[in-house]
Amino acid sequence: MQTLSRTPLHERHVAAGARLVPFAGWEMPVQYEGVIAEHRAVRTDCGVFDVSHMGEIHAEGPKARELLQALLSNDLDRLDDGDAQYTLLTDESGGIIDDLIAYRIDPHQYLLVVNAGNRQEVWDWMKEREIRGSEVRDASDEYGLLAVQGPRSIERLGLPEGKQFTHAMGEIDGIEVMVNRTGYTGEQGCELMCPAEDAVALWDAVVARGAVPCGLGARDTLRLEVCYPLHGNDITRETDAISAGLAWTCALDKDFTGAPALRRLKEDGPARKLVAFVMEEKAIPRAGMTIESGGEVTSGTHSPMLDKGIGLGYVPADRSMPGSALVIDVRGKKRRATVVPKPIYKPEEEPT
Amino acid sequence: MAAAESYPDELKYHPEHDWARIEGDEATVGITWFAQDALGELVHFEAPEPGVTVTKDSVYGEVESVKAVSDVVAPVSGEILEVNQAVVDAPETVNADPYGEGWLLRIRLSDPAEPDALLDVEAYKQLLQDL
Repeated sequence: MQTLSRTPLHERHVAAGARLVPFAGWEMPVQYEGVIAEHRAVRTDCGVFDVSHMGEIHAEGPKARELLQALLSNDLDRLDDGDAQYTLLTDESGGIIDDLIAYRIDPHQYLLVVNAGNRQEVWDWMKEREIRGSEVRDASDEYGLLAVQGPRSIERLGLPEGKQFTHAMGEIDGIEVMVNRTGYTGEQGCELMCPAEDAVALWDAVVARGAVPCGLGARDTLRLEVCYPLHGNDITRETDAISAGLAWTCALDKDFTGAPALRRLKEDGPARKLVAFVMEEKAIPRAGMTIESGGEVTSGTHSPMLDKGIGLGYVPADRSMPGSALVIDVRGKKRRATVVPKPIYKPEEEPT
Repeated sequence: MAAAESYPDELKYHPEHDWARIEGDEATVGITWFAQDALGELVHFEAPEPGVTVTKDSVYGEVESVKAVSDVVAPVSGEILEVNQAVVDAPETVNADPYGEGWLLRIRLSDPAEPDALLDVEAYKQLLQDL
């Protein structure tokens, strides 16, 4: 049996009565009080997630930019110091190795925050392709990472307003943190990165300021309501950015691994597209369920805000327009669903 | 709001974490505190139709939480007299009151002696301890 890794906050989760589950090699809290209550806390006020399991990779050196431009799909030249960008690491056929956020510290220094389950693969991939003048370093174990999300999160943390997809050094109750204006819930908020040894103090400070501890269960329902893809479910090495509706993350006018394949796909049009759908009957779609006429559910759950089954799935391109009727096989029962525009749920206050 | 852990003395229990309250030739059935706690807040009850016959130990429906789905097994055999519409409409009723408002079905027993084979509360508690 594989030994599960634990974040610096493990003792806090146990003390809070969290239900712990294995996730991507980590023992992580799936819920504290309950998924629905935690979900609502983030939509209406403020929640905090321990996401210290995520990987942090530094790319440094005078040629770091050149290396990343050749490996990542988005155009890093759109970033200034203090900016961040959602981007993909792609293979030669355009398959998605990981989706990640790149933070530009300075022209020679970038931080990449990658999915926990892909940390090793991403690092291996980049290390093999390092060029002279660039160095890739896995610093995941050095950091704690807390996602503080919700319409009141910035106010509760006592932080100044800030633009989404930026970052800056800051301080929460005497603890120095990197304040990243990013997240996975569709709400305003930030992700606070600190040295691993400060993570417990930071967690305590954030909870004392009124953030509700939230687990991976709510993280999944929140991201799914706003249609953020989950790597391993909605996007994989076997899927591509064009079919997944992530063409906006691909600077197809630059050369990066897989760009020629993605240009061809864009030109020809993908056979299948990743769509968002809402159930028209009482039923909860789940990953792996078949969609009639050649599709598959890649993520599904019960939406706490809509009180309905919702999901993401690949369907034939001619069925991908909002309004298209779908039939999903829910454990042997045919259940009706309708393709809807993304996001499925629109937060009341858009992140600024 | 979730209920506190309890296993009423007067109920009969099935090892798949179902309970039955026997009254004459009728049984009211549901899932135990343990089952609802393991699942988390319920958001869906895939219920059978009244009039259908269920068989002891076989699956008659599903209960789902945000994260998980679980079959529900009939603790007794018989015809379904009533499905609890309050649970179909508001599945979280089961979490709040698993042995009261959160009942799932009323069944007319096909064999009134059949429930004798179910676990009593002490045997069910022992089963939970041995998990």
